[in-house]
Amino acid sequence: MDETWLVERARAGDFEAFEALVTRTEGRIYSLLLRMTGNPEDARELLQETYLSAYKKLGSFRGNAAFSTWLYRIATNHALMRLRRKQPETVSWEELPLPSHEEIRQRGVSDWAVDPKEALLRREIRELLVRAIQELPPLYRAVVLLRDVEGLSTADTAKILGTTEGAVKTRLHRARIHLREKLSPYFADGEEHGGRAVTP
Amino acid sequence: MTRKLTCKEILEQLSAYIDEELDPSLCAEIEAHMEGCNPCVAFLNTLKKTVVLYKYSAQRDEVPREVHIDLHRFLREKCARDEGE
Repeated sequence: MDETWLVERARAGDFEAFEALVTRTEGRIYSLLLRMTGNPEDARELLQETYLSAYKKLGSFRGNAAFSTWLYRIATNHALMRLRRKQPETVSWEELPLPSHEEIRQRGVSDWAVDPKEALLRREIRELLVRAIQELPPLYRAVVLLRDVEGLSTADTAKILGTTEGAVKTRLHRARIHLREKLSPYFADGEEHGGRAVTP
Repeated sequence: MTRKLTCKEILEQLSAYIDEELDPSLCAEIEAHMEGCNPCVAFLNTLKKTVVLYKYSAQRDEVPREVHIDLHRFLREKCARDEGE
């Protein structure tokens, strides 16, 4: 069934149409919430809060964005609110310390002998990716999840997070550098191990 | 003659380069730099692999069956109650 038609039916009060929309989208939304929180119980509760909010706000859905993008916005807001409540104020949401160019130079840089598709068959690699994401401050985590994992555009990600496209690009770049640093010890032949790294 | 980009300046542009968001002239400058700079090539390749790893990791996690059932039960209760009020 066509999504636009289902949304129209749901807006008119057809609960079965709303349930059909939930069934279509819950996998993506649960996946986002699980990666945002790192906690299956939080993800389960936030999934319920997200769809209840969506049901109550259906009247304000304008249809000029995809329904799934609108849901991502509700889900991300709920997840960020919960993370703010749970995390002490001392945890920074804006700062992401990165190695300087000079530090990278000193360490040297080597390519990774890795086939991403094969690597992902290994459980420890999948866990490594999840751990590295969890170490990002929540706003950076949200940007990586929406842009690189869910594959949304910069413009949609900016709308979802209520920020500018420039801020999304800056956070995405810093987050990717951070993730690369976390993955390097596992994949690099020489980096940080005194091997075949080359120094600029 | 224009000044050549440094490795540091290249590093700052690599995500935009990967996402094909840069002007063609800046792309050409980065590619010219890469011709003679193995560390920048290695950094670009590993940054691309980082992005690809996360992209491939997005195989949709199935919603656990009990989570799916709880969600639909919760919504039927809450939404039906709201309609009844």
